[in-house]
Amino acid sequence: MMNRRSVLKAVFTGGLVAGMGVLMPRIAMAAWSKAAFEAETQDMAMGALYEANPSASADVTLKAPDIAENGAVVPISVKSSLSGVTSIAIFVAGNPLPLAAQFTIPEGTLANVSCRIRMGKTSDVTAVVTTAGGAFSASKEVKVTIGGCGG
Amino acid sequence: MAKGILRAKAKAKGDNTLVKIMAKHAMETGNRKDKSGKKIPAKYIQTLSVAHNGKTVMEANMGPAVSKNPYMAFTFVGGAKGDELQMTWTENTGSTATETAKIK
Repeated sequence: MMNRRSVLKAVFTGGLVAGMGVLMPRIAMAAWSKAAFEAETQDMAMGALYEANPSASADVTLKAPDIAENGAVVPISVKSSLSGVTSIAIFVAGNPLPLAAQFTIPEGTLANVSCRIRMGKTSDVTAVVTTAGGAFSASKEVKVTIGGCGG
Repeated sequence: MAKGILRAKAKAKGDNTLVKIMAKHAMETGNRKDKSGKKIPAKYIQTLSVAHNGKTVMEANMGPAVSKNPYMAFTFVGGAKGDELQMTWTENTGSTATETAKIK
């Protein structure tokens, strides 16, 4: 899996993420964050989006199947009882690009989003919700019987 | 306007409006190969924003890990039957379009 090219690319993106962190305090949340979406590890992707690592919280509800028969279509829904939620992001640790989707929640929209994602293999799915008070997460392992990334 | 790729269902219920959107799109990841072994270039929807009466109610940023024919559902406060939603999507290739749907 990890050949020379992808190692180099990982090193490069890592450097880029670190560099951008210095130049721009935090990328505007609304924009499609290239650094976060192209990061090859979950830590890097989270680093590009959040000030600090999200802390696990019971106020974030992640609904995902225990076993996904088809990794190409995994229904995920994320809900939070926290107030003032500004964004919801979904990470899949085992995917080549862990950040799957990120939703910006303006005021007046409920913190309850559903979507469908691809999963390459069995791995943890993490939902991260941000509020003015920081970032909060919930994780769940989803077993995949047929992968959905690549052919 | 070309026929859109989005299928949207929005339903006003009490004070809230539930919006369900499905886009007809292959969401090529860039990892797949064709029969001759060449990589199929990535082509996926990067952003989808939904506005109601000029106010953005949802902005989705998606990566290639979103499934084919991406679907999403969310609820926002406000919205009445007959109101129009503007949905704008952008692909990683740069193409973009705005489509509309009526709240039922």
